[in-house]
Amino acid sequence: MKTHTLSLTQLAKGLRAKEYSSVELVRGFLDRIDAHQPTLNAMVTILREPALAAAQAADKDLAAGRGGPLTGLPLVHKDLFCTEGVLTTCGSHMLDNFVSPYDATVVAKLKSAGAITLAKANMDEFAMGSSNETSYFGPVRNPWNTDLVPGGSSGGSAAAVAARLIPAATATDTGGSIRQPAALCGVTGIKPTYGRVSRYGMIAFASSLDQGGVITTTAADAALLMREMSGFDPNDSTSVDIPVPDYVAGLEAPLAGMKIGLLKEFFDKGLDAENEKRIRDALAVYERLGATLKEVSLPNLPLSVPAYYVVAPAECSSNLARFDGVRFGHRAKDPRDLMDLYKRSRGEGFGAEVKRRIMTGTYVLSAGYYDAYYLKAQKVRQLIADDFKRAFGEVDVLMGPTTPTPAFPIGDKTSDPITMYLNDIYTIGANLAGLPAMSIPCGLVGGLPVGLQIVGPHFSEGRLLNAAHAFQKETDWHSRVPERFV
Amino acid sequence: MALTREQIENIAHLARLQLQPAELAVYQQSLSSIFDFVGELNKADVTSVAPMAHPLPGQSQRLRADVVTETDRHEINQKNAPQVAAGLYLVPKVIE
Repeated sequence: MKTHTLSLTQLAKGLRAKEYSSVELVRGFLDRIDAHQPTLNAMVTILREPALAAAQAADKDLAAGRGGPLTGLPLVHKDLFCTEGVLTTCGSHMLDNFVSPYDATVVAKLKSAGAITLAKANMDEFAMGSSNETSYFGPVRNPWNTDLVPGGSSGGSAAAVAARLIPAATATDTGGSIRQPAALCGVTGIKPTYGRVSRYGMIAFASSLDQGGVITTTAADAALLMREMSGFDPNDSTSVDIPVPDYVAGLEAPLAGMKIGLLKEFFDKGLDAENEKRIRDALAVYERLGATLKEVSLPNLPLSVPAYYVVAPAECSSNLARFDGVRFGHRAKDPRDLMDLYKRSRGEGFGAEVKRRIMTGTYVLSAGYYDAYYLKAQKVRQLIADDFKRAFGEVDVLMGPTTPTPAFPIGDKTSDPITMYLNDIYTIGANLAGLPAMSIPCGLVGGLPVGLQIVGPHFSEGRLLNAAHAFQKETDWHSRVPERFV
Repeated sequence: MALTREQIENIAHLARLQLQPAELAVYQQSLSSIFDFVGELNKADVTSVAPMAHPLPGQSQRLRADVVTETDRHEINQKNAPQVAAGLYLVPKVIE
């Protein structure tokens, strides 16, 4: 039976109905992961034996009528989620020997709901990148055209789901790292509200921006996983203690009367004309479903990329100071003294983009420059957050493109960091304001997927998933599979 | 804004990063263009704006009770250490 094109929700039903066993399911996906690893390079570590052992246990639970909502279902974790006893590299030479001594809260929650981890997904080094080309383990390739990037930093997660190597994968989003690769690979991605999902055991990049989420083929699957992953965690001091709604139960709410804001600043000259057509077509679907459209302006939004490239590197330079070659991670050979140990361990362990961001951050936080850069950026950030707040006084959600263009060729933007950074021009605003946001597939341009972005007020994940689900009931873009992976 | 080679060397020192000579030139160029780019922020009028302290309005950093919650896991944690002896992390001699 062909199971790899089924959604997680469908697979859960099939397991309960005994149409197939968890072992069969897991083996099937592992075989696909193995078969496509040489072309896509979507994984860093493949966990065949432990996954099959867990599937056997899941089959016993299912036979006895036990288990949780995800029992026996296969998953992949982005390789920055700590997984106990398993290599957790964060895509870096610095951590290529790091075996995590504990599970991230997200990993533990999904495990206790019954999910099985098949592999750890490739990613941009320390989640710093928009093309998955900064990984120490080599670039991930886009399943729609393997000469192209899958986006990043959650490129392995997005490519794996798009190629149906796995029905769902965890991912993280600091400036667009869930939504941008989801858009470029034609899959569904959600970045929750800041504080909604625990970051305990998620290797830190920029602590005022980082948030964990998922990449799936459908909004319904994202709801299923988000219901299990979300919630308060005393181990994360930024975790918010607000009850988690039943996202699955909320999927079918009618959209009639929903007010959708079209972000004027997103329909700018940088937006590819064909991309824009697909977005306008998607908005017409929402109008047919009873929603009303209204243009809204967020005048400070164009400053989001420069604000981000002060705030994120500053926090990165601080977070990555922990990699000192002493307690874990790469250590240089035969250090002369302690300073030499620090400098060479870090110089050798980090890749080019990570070093660039650490130095950018070090400079903006150095004596005499703090006010001019970090403080100024945090003020601009407040202006952007205020813009969003005003907009949500008028509309329920905001919609627009996720990216300016479809996927671009590998190597195309690696020489100029600014060109690469501008890829996240439409996604960064939601991170700066701590807002939940999604990307869902809404069409193809030249055979490549285009993503529609949906942004909502704080803690409106349920409404976003509901809106995305309604669209996916009317269209079939989310079920398109790249030809060679059908 | 053009950063000098000396400035790049100083930033790398502050960041505790050993750079190769070829890397210095690359970062001199790319950091200069990044700081030109973030100079856009000067366009915003922020005179009466308070800097954002938390992405969620009204939230502040939560503190936990000052009680012991961790168990001793040093043996497991030290499995990832490059060099350990008698439960201690080893580094090059610091005091002459």
